Amino acid sequence: MSWLDYFRGRRQEQPASATAAKERLQIVLAHERIGRTREDFLPKLQQELIAVVARYVAIDPGKVNVNLDRGGDMSTLAIEIELPAPAAMRVAANAR
Amino acid sequence: MAQVVVVTSGKGGVGKTTSSAAFATGLAQRGKKTVVIDFDVGLRNLDLIMGVERRVVFDIVNVISGEARLNQALIRDKRVDTLSILPASQTRDKDALTKEGVQKIIEELAKDFDYILCDSPAGIEKGALLALYFADQAIVVTNPEVSSVRDSDRILGVLQSRSKRAEEKREPVKEHLLVTRFDPARVERGEMLKLEDIQEILSIPLLGVIPESESVLKASNTGTPVIMDAESMAGQAYTDAVARFLGEEKPHRFIEAEKKGIFKRLFGGRAA
Ligand SMILES: Nc1ncnc2c1ncn2[C@@H]1O[C@H](COP(=O)(O)OP(=O)(O)O)[C@@H](O)[C@H]1O
Ligand SMILES: [Mg+2]
Repeated sequence: MSWLDYFRGRRQEQPASATAAKERLQIVLAHERIGRTREDFLPKLQQELIAVVARYVAIDPGKVNVNLDRGGDMSTLAIEIELPAPAAMRVAANAR
Repeated sequence: MAQVVVVTSGKGGVGKTTSSAAFATGLAQRGKKTVVIDFDVGLRNLDLIMGVERRVVFDIVNVISGEARLNQALIRDKRVDTLSILPASQTRDKDALTKEGVQKIIEELAKDFDYILCDSPAGIEKGALLALYFADQAIVVTNPEVSSVRDSDRILGVLQSRSKRAEEKREPVKEHLLVTRFDPARVERGEMLKLEDIQEILSIPLLGVIPESESVLKASNTGTPVIMDAESMAGQAYTDAVARFLGEEKPHRFIEAEKKGIFKRLFGGRAA
């Protein structure tokens, strides 16, 4: 920064967007580095969850939604399973 | 009918991912149901530029291998509701992407979307070939610089010989030239190729000119596609290019150097 910048009113400040960039990278890379040494468990977790739920309810595997939000301190994994109407659930229960 | 659009260039670092994010967002903002696919297997980056990196659960390779369903891998954008992103995987196994697998995904997406954008990796190897294979249209991203123009020419050759349309001898892939990182001042000083020269050499219709702009870096820092920065020249240039892509007439802007006042000429000034 040159002394001329003072005339132009430019101040030496950390641009806000670079801070955002660093924070975003820290979070995503922390997760990716773990993933490099350990196999991604999410596909398997999802399959097993579906299998467990399917033992009780006749579900459509296509109606299972997995949502993840990775955070620095905490991540949330939301698994949404659409359950069929009560009539279909009774059929599944009787079939067992 | 859904249109498959590849964003390609041959050369790396010219602005394909930046342009894919901007175009996908722009088309979605115009009400088109749009999905953008990252084909850069092993070097996923579109998720960062789109700002959805924290929400990636499954990727294109999980879908091809049957570990996840397509709708589970699609990330719906929280800002524009007609926009979805299909991330690339971080796996080093490039063979995970197969032609049959990609075809199935594109066929399924074609039922729900108006535009399927494919962000190509650099090079003319497998990943780039797969990204362009199913294309109906191609946006060829070029910088005003010799190696970029040469690589664009090579990728045009590939489009004309190795795309599905070429193999089936159908109507050729519609080609669009998108010149990015254009610096009018350097062009005027003769340090960079002129727009007319690039057009003359590649001789495909000019879709848009995106100026070199600091706002692109800011946009990638925050994970907001630069087209959402309506104040910035790059954002406006992308908005114009999307409008042209949809058939509107728009004069080209930001292609001439700003006439600087005496004060600015003395002390310099930076583009927004
Ligand atoms: N119009 C532009 N002005 C300034 N920098 C740009 C512009 N377009 C792209 N860039 C920068 O160029 C680099 C490469 O862009 P990217 O979109 O990742 O290219 P590619 O996908 O072709 O490798 C990035 O650092 C990006 O911020
Ligand atoms: Mg890229």
